[in-house]
Parts: sequence; structure tokens; C-alpha cells
Amino acid sequence: MLLQTDIQQAGYNASPVISGIRFALPPGRILAMIGPNGSGKTTLIRALSGVLPVVEGSVHINGTDLLRAGESERARLLAVVPQSTHIPPAFSVEEVVMLGRTPYLNWLGKSGQIDEEAADEAMRLTDVARFRGRICGSLSAGERQRVILARALAQDTPMLLMDEPTSHLDLRYQIEFLELAVGLAERQGKTVLVALHDLNLAARFGDDVMAMKDGKLAAYGSAEEILTPDTIRAIYGLPVDVFPSPNGQQVVIIPS
Amino acid sequence: MNRSSARPLLITTALLLATFVVSMGVGSVRIPLHQTLEVLWNALRGIPAGSEQAYRAGVILLTLRLPRGLLMAMTGAALAGSGCAYQGLFRNPLADPYLIGAASGAGLGAVLSLTTRWPTGGFSYLAVPLSAFAGALLAVMLTYQLAKTGGTLPVTNLILAGVAVSSFATALSSFLMINASGELRRALVWLLGGSTMAGWKPVLGLLPYAAAGMAALSAMAFRLNVLQFGDEQAQQLGVNVRRSRGIIILAATLSTAAAVAFTGIIGFVGLIIPHIARRLWGGDMRRLMPLSLVCGAIFLLGADILARVVMAPQELPVGIITALCGAPFFLFILRQSKQGMW
Repeated sequence: MLLQTDIQQAGYNASPVISGIRFALPPGRILAMIGPNGSGKTTLIRALSGVLPVVEGSVHINGTDLLRAGESERARLLAVVPQSTHIPPAFSVEEVVMLGRTPYLNWLGKSGQIDEEAADEAMRLTDVARFRGRICGSLSAGERQRVILARALAQDTPMLLMDEPTSHLDLRYQIEFLELAVGLAERQGKTVLVALHDLNLAARFGDDVMAMKDGKLAAYGSAEEILTPDTIRAIYGLPVDVFPSPNGQQVVIIPS
Repeated sequence: MNRSSARPLLITTALLLATFVVSMGVGSVRIPLHQTLEVLWNALRGIPAGSEQAYRAGVILLTLRLPRGLLMAMTGAALAGSGCAYQGLFRNPLADPYLIGAASGAGLGAVLSLTTRWPTGGFSYLAVPLSAFAGALLAVMLTYQLAKTGGTLPVTNLILAGVAVSSFATALSSFLMINASGELRRALVWLLGGSTMAGWKPVLGLLPYAAAGMAALSAMAFRLNVLQFGDEQAQQLGVNVRRSRGIIILAATLSTAAAVAFTGIIGFVGLIIPHIARRLWGGDMRRLMPLSLVCGAIFLLGADILARVVMAPQELPVGIITALCGAPFFLFILRQSKQGMW
């Protein structure tokens, strides 16, 4: 198993927001996390990435306990594409992507040839290399999200977390972005945990689906097992119909 | 980070030297350029002045203008450097040494010492700088404590707490000054950035603190880059946010307090200079920090030249000049940041 999570409870202060989260992910797997607003998806991603103040339990990647590892060590194992990405507008695209190399650099941030190559490769794969010199303030939301993905790829980690990475994007960019991210992750053998609002996107991109409700792990399994009318109704409190898509490769979920 | 920083740094350093030489010649006694250079060059080689006129010029230059120029250059650099750090750290274009209460706290400490005239005797010349340090550190710690919620330090809290602490310190300073009527002028002149100390003493006093603060800020430039993405992203990129931020705040506060202690409250340098530098050379702090230091020195030297010529032979406190340039600029940035241009 690449990722082994056993969080008894976690939150921002003494009162826990999420509790009893136990799951394991084999390498190269794409796990889609679904759940209503406030169900603890973002909190779980924060807990896994070590930025939540209070976490009881353990999170292991390749045997290293992230919660007890130093910042650099953790950042070499796990990269995050956050929900809303603040980029200081005065930074250029390549400067931002290069920051993905932070966990490999010393205090002064001196980068070497390996770092340059990793950043170049990440920019090429995400197709941001052609505007590498541009200032981030002039980019569109979709371009900005790709820059952040490039930064996460430059981090060169076995695991990638994405927190609703497409929530600010229009339909075309949503699909394009997820295809790019998931495709790259698959090719590079990365393990991915992606929180998604849109159940159809979860059905399309997740090898497995994990559902959160009230801070707890409500259901976990393959997309076919989880994305059923009964389970979705139990989690969202909303009756839905689930149809096979016209191409027969996935399901389509619409409210009844 | 391929944009080269060597060329702009070279150009601005040359500009700094030129401004410095000009500032040597300006004042109630005008000293021509060739004589300025000659006196400085001879002094460097330890050769005594050849004529009566050269001797007079030498006294003016070496005991008054040279230390003053150095003091202004160092102060400008320290203020611009700390402003650059605060703006990056708090991700706010309006952040500067005044924002987190550092300057007002230093001012209160200094006014306290000026109005009570304590201690007297051999240590009296150190009283103002030391109490300014104490005031600045106290103000920053107070701001920090007020703004902290749980284990985190939200930026808005920090700014609001800074404004509150700043206003409180300024009110106390005013109260002290009104109560001690005899000392009012001295304290007021100091507060407006007219150094009450002349000669080499303040230069040598400022040098170790400003140098330590600015060196630490330059060393933290890369961490500052990452911190500009917010605490969470910085941590996910492998930065120990709490430690890095602590070092940066300490270094910036040290620079500010040192500057305020030896030259009084000189506003807007820490606001204008990093902002212009960012516009010209982009956001990478490893380029921006050294350029801000150099440009801050140029700006304050220039303001000091103006302060000496506009009402000559009377001198204005340099803080008036910087405020006259800075306040409209402040409004300009405010407009721009409202439009999301920052």
C-alpha cells in the first residue's frame, strides 16, 4: 500500500471535525472523494497534508509517517493542488513552477540542473511552457490551475492530493484539467486523491470512490458500488437516478 | 527565476553612488564636485588637506555630510527592506513598518526617553535607541499576541491589531509630548525624522543592527517567495512556516527599530520603494530584496537633498519630504489594489 491513513480524529481545535478515517490506497490508484458541503473533505485533505493543527492518528506514505515528518520530507512525498489557488500576481509562470522544487532546495533556494529539468518537464506536460515568462496576474483561471498542477508535478511526489481543483472552471476546462491531471498521474504512476463536487466527474475519473458524511467515512468502494441511488441518497439526502452513459463506460447521475 | 538581477542591481548601485556624491556637495556651504571627490579620496589615503579651503571642506564633509549621507542611506535601505519583507509576508501592498506597529512602538519608546531625560550621564545618548528598540519589539509582540487565534495568525487580524497598537502608541506619544512642554520641540523634530544627533555616533550605532537585520532579510528572501502563496501552500511546499515567519518578523522589526531609533519616524519609504521595485523587476524576493535595499537608500538620500535645499539655509525634517511624496502614492496603491492590480 502506498498510502495508509488511520486518523482517529482531527480538527482545528479540541473539537474534532473528522473522525474514524481509515483507508489504504495502492500505488497508481485514483481515488475520488465525494460528500456534501461541510462533510469534511477539505479537512481530510488538510489533515493528510499536515497543515491541520490537531490530528490524532497516523498517515503513512511508503512507510513514512507524514504527521511526524519534517515539512521538507512531507513535501517530497505529497503534493497538493488546493481549491482556491492564490498566486501572487507579480510572479512569472516559471517562477511559480520552480517553487515546486522547494523541498529539494536549501535555505537560499539555490536550484541546480535537476531542478531546472524537473520544472521544464512539468511545464511541458501541463502545456504551460509556451507562456512560461508571463506574469501570473494575466492568466485565466484555467491557465492558473494548470500552473499550480505544474508546480505540484515539479514537486516529484508519489502522491498527489487535489481539493476540488475544478470548482472555478467552466465545463470544458473541468474535463480538460481532470483528464490532464489524471492522465499524467497514471502515466507517472502517481497515486491521486481528488475531492470532487460533481458526481459525474467522480464517476468518470475515479478508480475508487470514497464518500464522506458528517466528518466520517460513509462509504468506500469502486465507482459502481458507491455511485448507486441508495448510497447517494443516504449521503446527500437527495433521491437520484443513475443511468448508464450512452457510451456504456460509466454512469450518469441526475436528481430525480 | 531566469530573469537576471545583475543588471538592475548594477544600474541602481551606480545611481546610489551618484546620489551619494551629489548629497555630499549640497547644503548651506556648497562644495563643488571635484573638491568633494578630492577630499574623500585624500581622506581615504590618509593625506591631510593642502589648503585652508580644502581643510574647511574636509571638516564639513568628513564630520557632517559623510556620516549624514551614510545614515540616510542605511536608514532608507533598512526601511525599504523591512517594508519589502512585510509586504511579502502579509501579502498586502499597503503593509510597511508602520502596519504592525513597529514604527509607532519605537516612536513611543523614544519619546518616553526624550521627555523623561532618563538615564542621564554617559549612557544618555544610548537611551533613545534602546528604548525605541524596546518599544518596537513590545509593539510587535503585542500586535502578534492580539492577532493570534489558536495556532494561526490570520493576515486580517494582524493588520487590524497593528492599526490598534499603532494608534495606541501614537496617542501615548502625543500625551507624553503635551505633558512635557519643554521637551516638545526636541521630540517633535525627532518624530518628524530630523535626527537630533549628528556626526558619526548614530552611524556607528545604527550599523550593527541594520546590517544584521538586512542580512537576515536577504537570506530569507527565498522563504519569503514561498510564504507569499499563503501559510497553507507554503507548508505544503515544505516550508516551516512558523519558524520562517518568526525570523522574518524579527529581522524586519530590528531593521525598522534601528532606523527609527537613530533618525526618527520617516514614513512611506517602506511602502513606496518595494512597490515600485516590484513593478519594475517582478515579485521574486531574491531579486526584489537587494534592489529594494539599494533603491531605499537612493530615495532617502534624494529626499534628504531636497530637505536641505527647498528652504535653505534652513533644513526641513526629511520625514516631511517623504510624507509629501508618499501620501499621494499611498492613495494610488489603494486605488490599484482595489482594482486587483497588485
